[in-house]
Amino acid sequence: MSDPRVAGVGLTHFGKRPERTGREMFADAGLAALDDAGIDPDDVEALFYGNFMGELAEHQGHQAPLMAEAVGLDVPATRYESACASSGAALRDAVLRVRNGEADVVLVGGSERMTNIGTAAATDALSIAADDLYEIRAGITFPGAYALMARAYFEEFGGSREDLAEIAVKNHEHALPNEYAQMQQEITTEDALDAPTIADPLGLYDSCPITDGATAAVVTSEEYAEEHGLDAQVAITGTGQGGDKMALHDRQYLSRTPATEDAATEAYADAGIEAADVEFLEVHDCFTIAEVLALEGLGCYEPGDAIGAAGRGETTRHGDLPVNLSGGLKAKGHPVGATGVAQLISITKLLEGRHPRSDAVSDASTAVAHNAGGTVASATVHVLEEVGR
Amino acid sequence: MSDEVRDDGFDDLLDAVADGEGFYVECDEGHGSLPPRLACPQCGSQELSEEPLPESGEIVTYTIVAVPTPQFADDAPYVTAVVDFGPVSVTGQVRGVDPEDVETGQVVGIDVDETVTSGDRLLVFERR
Ligand SMILES: [Zn+2]
Repeated sequence: MSDPRVAGVGLTHFGKRPERTGREMFADAGLAALDDAGIDPDDVEALFYGNFMGELAEHQGHQAPLMAEAVGLDVPATRYESACASSGAALRDAVLRVRNGEADVVLVGGSERMTNIGTAAATDALSIAADDLYEIRAGITFPGAYALMARAYFEEFGGSREDLAEIAVKNHEHALPNEYAQMQQEITTEDALDAPTIADPLGLYDSCPITDGATAAVVTSEEYAEEHGLDAQVAITGTGQGGDKMALHDRQYLSRTPATEDAATEAYADAGIEAADVEFLEVHDCFTIAEVLALEGLGCYEPGDAIGAAGRGETTRHGDLPVNLSGGLKAKGHPVGATGVAQLISITKLLEGRHPRSDAVSDASTAVAHNAGGTVASATVHVLEEVGR
Repeated sequence: MSDEVRDDGFDDLLDAVADGEGFYVECDEGHGSLPPRLACPQCGSQELSEEPLPESGEIVTYTIVAVPTPQFADDAPYVTAVVDFGPVSVTGQVRGVDPEDVETGQVVGIDVDETVTSGDRLLVFERR
C-alpha cells in the first residue's frame, strides 16, 4: 500500500462573484488542476465532488455529473454533502479509492455559489446544517450556534472576545499576499472588537465571509506519479473522519469537539505520526472560536489552552506552529463545499514552496488539514507530507 | 414548515409542553433525548419510554442573535439558549427578560410561544 500523491491543484479566486454559475467555477478550478498535474485527462477515472447548498442557491441537485461534464470528463461522479466538510469527505473517499488500488487517477474538489441569493437567504441556507426541528426552529443561525459554543468555552476555560480578535487579526495578516483570498485586508484588534455583533459574543470579524468559489485537485497513486514522471512531492499519508450528535444540546461537550478528536486520532495513526509531529495546519475557522476548538481537538493544545495561542504569537507565521497561513476561512473565504479541498491546495503549495507564505514553513514537511461540518457533527482530518520526487 | 402537515414527535412534544405536560424520551440506560426516537442516540437502545420533563432547568449557554434568518427577521434581537433539564437538554428562546440580563446558571421553565415574524410555534424558556 502506497500513499496517494497530490499531482495538481487548481482554484478560482474566492470572493463575491454572484453571476458566476457553479459549473463555470468548477470548470475553472478543475481545468486548472488538470493542467497543473500535466496528465492526460483521459486517465481520470472518477470525480469526487463536494457541495452543500446547491439546491437552495442554484436550484440544482445532482451536481456531480454536471461538474464532470464541465471539465470535459466522461467519468462516474458523486456529490458529497457533509455541510462545510463536504469536500473533506470527498477527499477522504478519493484517497481511500486510490490507496485501495481501485483507481490510479481521480479528480476531487468542490464548488459553492452563495452570494447570488443575498445575505439573508445565505444565512438561512447555512443554518440548515443544524437540526431543523430543535435548533433552527428555535432561531439558531450558523453564527448563533458557534456563539453558544464560544460562551460555553469562556465559561469552562476562560477567554475573551479580545482573544478571539487576535485570531481574526492573525488570519487577515496571513491572507495579505494571497491573491486568491477574499479579504486581503489588514485589521486591528480594535477593528474586530468595534465591529457589529452578529450573535453575542461573536461579531462581524469573528465570522468568515459569504463566498463564491471552487477548488479541485488531482490525486494519483504513487505508482502512476512515478510512471508518468509527475512533479508530485506531496503525499496524503493519513486520513480520518469523526462524527458527533447533530444538535448541540444532545452533545456531551459544548466546548470540545470529539468529532475532530476522533478524526485526528485516526488520521495520525494512519500516517504514523503524533500531534507533536505536525509543523503547520490549515484548520476550519468558520468562526474564530472554531480555530480554538480545532487546535484543541487536533491535540496541538490541551483543552482550554488554545484560546490565547494567536495572541501569544504561537500560531502566527512567525510562531512555532503556524495556523491558517492561507488566511483561513476567515480571510481567504469559505465557499462551503469547496473548503476542504482548498485546505489541501494551500498545504500542497506551502510544502512545495509555491505559496506566498511558503517562507514561513520552509523547513517543514508535515502538515494537517482539518475540515468541519456544521457545529462539528462531521469532521475530516488529513495528514500531508512532503516526500520528494 | 407547512402549516398543514404536522411533524410527528416534534409537534406532539410542543402540544404537551403547551398543556404543561412536557416529556422527554428515556432509554433503559437512563439517557434522555427529544422525540421522535426509535433508538437512543447515546447507546442505541430501543427500549424507550416517555418520561415527564422536569419542571425547571438551568441555562448552560446562550447567545443574543442580532442577525437572524428571514423566518426570525422581526424577532431579532432575541436570546437562544441551551437549557439543561437533567436527563435531557433543550434549545429554545428565553422570553420575558431583557437580553442583557440573561446569564448562565439561571433557572427557567419551558413553554410554547409563537415567533413574531411568522407566528410559528417555538419552545421558549421563562425565568422561574
Ligand atoms: Zn441510551
